Amino acid sequence: MMPLNVRIGFFLALRALRRASLWTTSLIIFVMVLTFLNLVVVSGILVGLLQGAIDQTRTKFTSDVIVSALNDKKYIENSQNLIELIETLPEVESITPRYREGGILEANYKARKETDKANTAPGQLVGIDPVKENTVTGIAGDIIEGSFLEQGDYDQIVLGHYLLKQYIPIETPSFSTLENVGVGTKIRVKVGDVTREVTVKGILKSKVDEIALRAFMVDSQFRSMIGRTDGNVTEISLKLKEGANPVAVREALEQRGVDRYAKVQTYEDAQPQFLKDIIATFNMLGNVFSSLGLIVATITIFIVIFINALTRRKFIGILKGIGIDGHAIEFSYVFQSIFYALIGSAVGLGLVYGFLVPFFAAHPIDFPFSDGILVAPADQTFFRVGLLVVSTLVAGYIPAWMIIRRNTLDSILGRN
Amino acid sequence: MIETKQLVKTFKNGDVVTSVLKGIDFKTREGEWVAIMGRSGAGKSTFLYQMSLLDDPSGGEIVIDGHNTHSMSANQKMLFRLSKFGFVFQDYALLPELTALENVALPLLMAGLGKWVAYQKAVAALERAGLGHRTGNLPSQLSGGEQQRVSIVRAVAHNPKILFADEPTANLDNESSARIMEIFKDLHKGGQTIIMVTHEEQYAKLAQRIVHLDDGRIVSEEKR
Repeated sequence: MMPLNVRIGFFLALRALRRASLWTTSLIIFVMVLTFLNLVVVSGILVGLLQGAIDQTRTKFTSDVIVSALNDKKYIENSQNLIELIETLPEVESITPRYREGGILEANYKARKETDKANTAPGQLVGIDPVKENTVTGIAGDIIEGSFLEQGDYDQIVLGHYLLKQYIPIETPSFSTLENVGVGTKIRVKVGDVTREVTVKGILKSKVDEIALRAFMVDSQFRSMIGRTDGNVTEISLKLKEGANPVAVREALEQRGVDRYAKVQTYEDAQPQFLKDIIATFNMLGNVFSSLGLIVATITIFIVIFINALTRRKFIGILKGIGIDGHAIEFSYVFQSIFYALIGSAVGLGLVYGFLVPFFAAHPIDFPFSDGILVAPADQTFFRVGLLVVSTLVAGYIPAWMIIRRNTLDSILGRN
Repeated sequence: MIETKQLVKTFKNGDVVTSVLKGIDFKTREGEWVAIMGRSGAGKSTFLYQMSLLDDPSGGEIVIDGHNTHSMSANQKMLFRLSKFGFVFQDYALLPELTALENVALPLLMAGLGKWVAYQKAVAALERAGLGHRTGNLPSQLSGGEQQRVSIVRAVAHNPKILFADEPTANLDNESSARIMEIFKDLHKGGQTIIMVTHEEQYAKLAQRIVHLDDGRIVSEEKR
């Protein structure tokens, strides 16, 4: 059985809400919805901006697990045995082994005079099996000019857009790019002592720096260029089956001793430290913005309830005059505040999960280094709903308490 | 039943002190109908507010049913008002978002009655006052006379010992005022103690006793 004051408070609140002006109620709920969105969406976009970068790196580069050469090695020893081992793991859906070497790309060399500076750009040259690579990372879909590599595409190359001046018009001595290079242009590729002329088959654009700075060739030709006849690759990206745990796969490989001759990392392990730092910073910023949003919400509700209680001071006085307990009146305002917070949050939740999250997933915000999505984990969102309700409860209680403790007769007569 | 001893009320505004009640001795007995009259500013309403515990006097004593109210806490006074008093205000003082039925039922609910019982009692009381067809109406949908009748029904629904009325007909036309006074007469016949402030002599004459106030003092009493 509810205490009498709570029952009376609920009775009064219900009627006050039911018979309140529709416009006023709508306006208050609208403010609460905006406050809720401020709480959830601002921090969600901040985190989502990075989550987009993380997702892209996972999808386009590392995949779920990446096995790469140890820091002091140029390649993974016994790569073919390792690939066979990986393919026996039940969680693995597909893999893409890659050969990688630093090299120099040169363009416009035919027209260059002896006195001219060579138009070169350093880049990571990567030999891939185009079918396997596309199965794991789907980067063929990122081609913006020309087309992706196919098996047997000898003397063909696909360039990441960061290697081309028309896409990165930045003049800096430490970052050189190729000029006047497009699909069909012949360029020189130099790896170690080997130089080869190749034709640009396609240009791919990616927000993952590791991809945007790479030049791709078919693995069979690249292997011969770098003299890797033993088939030892530099890295292998593993795409796992739906629901498989990357950590479990990493541990399974470690248990089989793979970590003795290769670096085994989940996509999270492979995140650069700066990204981890930025995530921590953005999370902190998100919390700061959320806290500010919460303070704004509290003040908003405080003002709304204070004005409401102030304009209804006479009726509060009458209620007290006819013997209604002040606590019951306080409860009625607290219930009204909770109602506004819950309805505002419910509408906000509907907007976030019914519209904004799917919308940003389908139409990410085009940030320079990531496709920003809206990250709103249910547990954090409901925690914020709880915070909003609690702060609203306090914000509703205080003004009601302030008005109720005034002299009953002064309230009835409107005296100050 | 209710007794005031040297009741004083002063208001302070900065350095200006205004004495509104200047030592009033007053006594009423159970079942009596007392009308308080006086010119504007005489202190009639202030006297009523002190007796009904809506305000705290600056000096003197108020004894109700043997209880000296001086030592009562605000909560005790609230309970006293709820259980022993009924109020009729000049401007009806109905709660605008509650229907006539809910306005009447509210003090009953606060007194601890269940919703069904409170509503039954409220309906019966409204029907007795000829407002059975108005139970679902909000105050804004009622005439002034109807609102005041609802206000009276609310004031007496919980059988208070004393009914306080502050100029209950001041805002009403003659016909409505007469009807309100009929209700008061009926209540009085039923044994209800009534203390009523009015400036209308014709209605004051309905009371058993008329107390005249002037300048914060009782200047005359007229028994009828």
